[in-house]
Amino acid sequence: MTVTTALPSFDEAIATYEPVMGMEVHVELGTATKMFCGCSTTFGGEPNSQVCPVCLGLPGSLPVVNEIAVESAIRIGLALNCSIAEWCRFARKNYFYPDMPKNFQTSQYDEPIAFDGYMDVVADGVEYRIGIERAHMEEDTGKSLHVGGATGRIHGASHSLLDYNRSGIPLIEIVTKPIEVPAEVAPAVARAYVTELRELIRALGVSEARMELGQLRCDANVSLRLPGAAYGTRTETKNVNSLRSVERAVTYEIRRQASVLSSGGTIVQETRHWHEDTGETTSGRVKEEAEDYRYFPEPDLVPIAPSREWVDELRATLPEPPSVRRARLQEAWGFTDLEMRDVVNAGALSLVFDTVAAGATAGGAKKWWLGEVARVANERGVALEDAGISVADVARVEVLIGEGALNDKLARQVVEGVLAGEGTPDEVVAARGLAVVSDDSALGAAVDDAIAAQPDVADKIRAGNLGAVGALIGAIMKATKGQADAKRARELILERLQS
Amino acid sequence: MSGLTRRTAAELATAVKAGDVSAVEVTQAHLDRIAEVDGSAEAGVHAFLHVDTDGALAAAAAVDARRAAGEELGPLAGVPLALKDVITTADMPTTAGSRILEGWRPPYDATVTRRLRDAGIVILGKTNLDEFAMGSSTENSAFGVTRNPWDLTRIPGGSGGGSAASLAAYEAPLAIGTDTGGSIRQPAAVTGTVGVKPTYGGVSRYGLIACASSLDQAGPCARTVLDAALLHTVIAGHDPLDSTSIAQPVPDVVAAAKRGAEGDLTGLRVGVVKELGGEGYQAGVEARFNDAVALLSKLGAEVVEVSCPHFTYGLAAYYLILPSEVSSNLARFDAMRYGLRVGDDGSRGAEEVMSLTRGQGFGAEAKRRIMLGTYALSSGYYDAYYGQAQKVRTLIARDFDAAFAQVDVLVSPTTPTTAFPIGEKVDDPLAMYMNDLCTIPSNLAGNASASFPAGLADEDGLPVGLHVMAPVLADDRLYLVGAAVESAYAAQWGGTLLEQAPALEGIGQ
Ligand SMILES: [Zn+2]
Repeated sequence: MTVTTALPSFDEAIATYEPVMGMEVHVELGTATKMFCGCSTTFGGEPNSQVCPVCLGLPGSLPVVNEIAVESAIRIGLALNCSIAEWCRFARKNYFYPDMPKNFQTSQYDEPIAFDGYMDVVADGVEYRIGIERAHMEEDTGKSLHVGGATGRIHGASHSLLDYNRSGIPLIEIVTKPIEVPAEVAPAVARAYVTELRELIRALGVSEARMELGQLRCDANVSLRLPGAAYGTRTETKNVNSLRSVERAVTYEIRRQASVLSSGGTIVQETRHWHEDTGETTSGRVKEEAEDYRYFPEPDLVPIAPSREWVDELRATLPEPPSVRRARLQEAWGFTDLEMRDVVNAGALSLVFDTVAAGATAGGAKKWWLGEVARVANERGVALEDAGISVADVARVEVLIGEGALNDKLARQVVEGVLAGEGTPDEVVAARGLAVVSDDSALGAAVDDAIAAQPDVADKIRAGNLGAVGALIGAIMKATKGQADAKRARELILERLQS
Repeated sequence: MSGLTRRTAAELATAVKAGDVSAVEVTQAHLDRIAEVDGSAEAGVHAFLHVDTDGALAAAAAVDARRAAGEELGPLAGVPLALKDVITTADMPTTAGSRILEGWRPPYDATVTRRLRDAGIVILGKTNLDEFAMGSSTENSAFGVTRNPWDLTRIPGGSGGGSAASLAAYEAPLAIGTDTGGSIRQPAAVTGTVGVKPTYGGVSRYGLIACASSLDQAGPCARTVLDAALLHTVIAGHDPLDSTSIAQPVPDVVAAAKRGAEGDLTGLRVGVVKELGGEGYQAGVEARFNDAVALLSKLGAEVVEVSCPHFTYGLAAYYLILPSEVSSNLARFDAMRYGLRVGDDGSRGAEEVMSLTRGQGFGAEAKRRIMLGTYALSSGYYDAYYGQAQKVRTLIARDFDAAFAQVDVLVSPTTPTTAFPIGEKVDDPLAMYMNDLCTIPSNLAGNASASFPAGLADEDGLPVGLHVMAPVLADDRLYLVGAAVESAYAAQWGGTLLEQAPALEGIGQ
């Protein structure tokens, strides 16, 4: 349905209604091979170059479970404070779609590997506990590319191209229990949940969880009800694939549903598409038409019965919980609560951590990632890590500042240059001539000092012994910590001693 | 050279190894026999859907070359074999008896295929079957019926009618079948040959086009018990590509066959399953079965009657579980990636092309089972159908456990009747399903079982099978009993049962 009238504001919407949310997050595991075969999971290969009889679902082929994927699922479950099933099975989810080679997806149904957990998240300085219903394993589908239509959707396309490289990549689906938090923080809590989950997945090392690459995909369920009433009908907004969009999509759905309800309408149970550009959702598939998936236990696989010893071993490998880690890092970095929250909300915790590890100061790392880099990333609509500057680059800039090779103003130009694709910080410094010590006055002082310190060498040069120039350059390099432009230094020495 | 086709696989392998005959000569003799009797869909035995003359001769020549180079040959090297066309072969088409896969050439060999090749066994070609191994007569094949060498107007059993008929017609000394509800054993029974369904998980299913994954099991088919045991040893054993394959040593079935041939079953406890007999069983079938039971006693076995009360529900449970799995397994045949594609003229969407292709590509029985299974798995019906059937399955497995606590093996007729005339039951699926009454419980429970020749029914002179069931992973007991019965009958009949079959000379030309 199209909403033609102006929507109520968020504040107006929540003045009447309470939102209830449910988040479904798919995490693509970073295993080297697929869920049920030995094919590579490397992103960006030639279409259909990473396939075999199993992930193409060829007649006669059989799946074999990737043990690393099971291990990752258990570790995710444990990190989410879930119980780990003593015995569980895969199930077949039956439906026809050309990008699904077997026309069923091997997934888990009523016997998930992990269930009944929780995660604590902070929104606007208050901690909320998000209940985790389940985390289960499944395989990804292939990818359809619809050609000839206006929207890239199948409707209106003249034909479709299928790439099965993604078919069979292991996924973990994490489903929350209904999230009931104060209405005014609901969108922020949704965002905080996904942010926190992403940090957790990264800390576990089971996936890079890059939303822009589809490694972490979020579906947001939203319903409204009057205070104290039963749950309302929910909609499921699919593929909300940035942290900012999670918050915006939930906000939009709350406003849209409030508009429908307050004008006497009813909410249709349906999936909705999120439009990043307009900040709106539009109607997708109506759930009444949804298929009956005819789940049944996958007969080609044996049940998974992780021993308690194994589960305990995996428990011992868990990184510290994100909230504990955050508190520790905040102290180590000397950040205020507000500064720390900014870093977390920007999804920059790992970036700052890595940049500090690479030699930067915490304040410096934060300044660049949340400042110049964030600005450019936002302009280009990409994630921080894709803005065009690496952790090593930012750390290098900070090191140059620390060495006095760059001042703040120059450093900003260096970062700009790197973000513009001009190369590494050192290359930008060289190309743009930005180094503090290549500045004549600074270098001139160093030259004067060197001449004053070694008058005998200076005399030799005055006498025409150019071989002695090297000794002065050596002293200048030492004094400038290697940042002097040797060629310019030589010119300055000769100007002073031969004119 | 025609004498070669009458020899057992063990004899042929010994002769090849000794250099008395070359593998190429053995292979050529069988190819000649195929040319003589196999014919086509219209006439002849029609056991084969595809004969790979060049590939078979090349494989045979490779065995001869290895022998010439002084290499040690395996116990079945150089022996020809007929492979059921539901097992993938990278060098031959694989159709599963279905129009929807006509012309498909798999890019990979099944594990069974690979093991056969590694053993130096010469694959002659691919044999006919009911579409996707669903049927008891091969009449559901999209490529025409196979005829029973005992009487060409009758069915050879199914789904593996092609494999069994190829043995009975002396077109091959060995064959591979697959057994989901009796597709190895029932054809063996009605063609007077030996067919063994190993313990579920005993032979890899990798490359076996699935009918019902939790029931399917590939196994050996032969004219003698020892030949079946030798073939069993080649194909069995754990396969990392099949999660359901058993990671335990294969029972020594060859030793069991040799021991059984000595004819002494003293100390063996045999249970006659009370529920598998009586009303609905052909008189000649009952008579031969009773003879076989008497023979077992005579050979020293202790025979008792055993009740397996839930076997009565086996057929009903089977026809819920099987179609459910079929409906999912056959979903992949959608015209998108391989096989038949109907109606793709640029005017239709993917969904319509899928629908047209499946409508024209699948036969009536495949469609019937897809629909039954889709219904049985539907939301709201799952518990009543699939769920209940799984409970029955558990109860049947418990019946077996209780029975095997009392006896070493169970016996019954393999089928209620001898081979029936082609066309007799095509319009009566329930009558057709009754063929598998005795064989289905072992598929549901996953235990090992086999059919051995037990003579001819008086009223029609057609073969009757003795069905022997053994516990999970006790496949060797089948061979012990089968070989004992075989050697006793050989003495009684003055040779194998098949020697009483018609000669068929020239019928395929
Ligand atoms: Zn693969």
